[in-house]
Amino acid sequence: MPATAIATATHPVIELHGVTRVYGEGEHAVHALRGVDLAIGAREFVAIMGASGSGKSTLMNLLGCLDAPTAGRYLLDGEDVGTLSADRKADLRNRTLGFVFQNYSLLPRTTALDNVALPLLYAGVRRKDVRPRARAALERVGLGSRLLHHPNQMSGGQQQRVAIARAIVTRPSVILADEPTGNLDTRTSLEIMALFQELSAEGMTIVLVTHEHDIAAFASRVVVVRDGRIASDRPQVAAVAATALAALPESPS
Amino acid sequence: MNLLRTIAIALTALSRTKTRSLLTVLGVIIGVGAVIAMVAIGEGAKVRVAEQFEAMGQSTLIVTSGSTQSGGVRGGAGSRPTLTWADLAAIAALPEVAAAAPQLRTNAQAVSEASNWQTQVNGTTPAWFAVRSWDVSTGAAFTDADVAGARKVAVLGQTVVDNLFPGSDPIGQTVRIARTPFTVVGVLEKKGTSGFGQDNDDLIVVPTTAYAGKLAPSNARFLTGQIMVMATARDRTALAKAAIEELLRGRHQLRADADDDFVVRDLTAVAKARAASTETITSLLAGVALVSLLVGGIGIMNVMLVSVTERTREIGLRMAVGARPHHIRQQFLIEAIVLSLAGGVVGIGAGVLAGKAMAAKFGFPLLVRPDIVALAVGVAAGVGVIFGWYPAHRAARLDPIVALRHE
Repeated sequence: MPATAIATATHPVIELHGVTRVYGEGEHAVHALRGVDLAIGAREFVAIMGASGSGKSTLMNLLGCLDAPTAGRYLLDGEDVGTLSADRKADLRNRTLGFVFQNYSLLPRTTALDNVALPLLYAGVRRKDVRPRARAALERVGLGSRLLHHPNQMSGGQQQRVAIARAIVTRPSVILADEPTGNLDTRTSLEIMALFQELSAEGMTIVLVTHEHDIAAFASRVVVVRDGRIASDRPQVAAVAATALAALPESPS
Repeated sequence: MNLLRTIAIALTALSRTKTRSLLTVLGVIIGVGAVIAMVAIGEGAKVRVAEQFEAMGQSTLIVTSGSTQSGGVRGGAGSRPTLTWADLAAIAALPEVAAAAPQLRTNAQAVSEASNWQTQVNGTTPAWFAVRSWDVSTGAAFTDADVAGARKVAVLGQTVVDNLFPGSDPIGQTVRIARTPFTVVGVLEKKGTSGFGQDNDDLIVVPTTAYAGKLAPSNARFLTGQIMVMATARDRTALAKAAIEELLRGRHQLRADADDDFVVRDLTAVAKARAASTETITSLLAGVALVSLLVGGIGIMNVMLVSVTERTREIGLRMAVGARPHHIRQQFLIEAIVLSLAGGVVGIGAGVLAGKAMAAKFGFPLLVRPDIVALAVGVAAGVGVIFGWYPAHRAARLDPIVALRHE
């Protein structure tokens, strides 16, 4: 994707205006975010970087409608999240956002298929459509042969693929990935990044939190957060994960 | 998210912790089972009491003479003969009275060719069989002609037959009562044990005329025993009692301030009192059982709270993928209700089985009242809702961020 495609060219999916987030009150108040302005357009692949304590996790929670800003406005798909009810925010998480976590967060003792079907249950999808859609999502991430495996029967990379399938099954416009490769080895990390790049190419907006420069290199824009503020926000020419994967020496196994 | 799907999810979640779910359910099983068994046994006991009083004659009144009083020392009921044979005739003629019969009693040795047996001998008239609602199973009761003729005929209770004529037909045979020979004309139907543990069937019934003089000292004017009275209907015993009291006070010429010189006892009232005390005991037992059901409910709440804590991450994840708070609340509430209802259903079975075992042991009929079954299941479901609500509410109020980070 060319670097010039960012921000204003398309209608922004995510808009933050002077967002602050303060935990606690008075002397003990912790200013996690101190006025963040950020716009992310549709189809962008953004990496958010920052040291621990920089505020990037708080930012991620806000973007995921899991938390509300102390001040400022957050528009998701043009809708002001601050004014929404808990139910409406749950619906946004269900239909507009897809989450991928570092620890996969799959339900234990539950098949891959049922794990992926979970958001569909809350979306009120018709019963007969649930399984076919969950299966299609698993096939999309290359796990068509592992539909009935339980998480403890799968490798970390496979579990993360299940989590990605769960994130895309409701066809959201934005995927929020929080350190998705944090627990994975280099090869598996590259495979996951290649998958994200494919999804991005298919038109999904991807926001990825990472502290690894190697991983951030596959995004087309890097936002660095420091002390609750955006320290830098630069477009870049994304490395191609598939190429990096091909260049890896053959693994011994 | 429809209900069936939620129930399926609840079942899956519960099956992941089978032992814990089973133990939790056990509390409810015991509670519901106890309610069902206790009430069934109580109802059975009530029916049993009613049956026993039915055996005595449901609309029976017993009239006895008053007590003696000399120098401040009072004798027992019937110690002073005040009832006369004319009183009996007058009572029998009352419109509230269906039948009245004398009952003179003594204990005597009865002897057959094969054996001998001490038993209670009753001198009476044919009306006695109607008053006691007691039929003859073989042979026939004696008649008014037998009474008029002072014929020495006897009707035996089953226990007497079993002891005096084991294995043979007693009809037509001779039984010597206090050395006087009587001819057996009939055998009474078996009535079993009375409500007070006596053997109803251990008796001999003979005409009053044959009884008097032969078996006990006789008195031409006074009736040295009881008068058994049957009211015209079961609900008219109180009326009949009042009528008899008024009649006897008049006949005995008692002044308005004088005490009765006779006693009228209403067996229906006694039966009612027994039934009421059985009812009280049943309610008490059911109350205790309900408390155990409550304890079972608290067990459910405890387990659901543990479950919510254990599954905090799962709750966070469900919220992250779009579960609304009410979805989470519904899920945990339904788990609690599934637990308590399963306990309720199994508890009904356990309660009926326990009731059957105890009923067999104590010889009660078992009565499983459908309304109590419905109540127990309703209470079980209610327990699920009430004790499941708080844990479910806590789950629904969790902050998704905190829940997701929970270890």
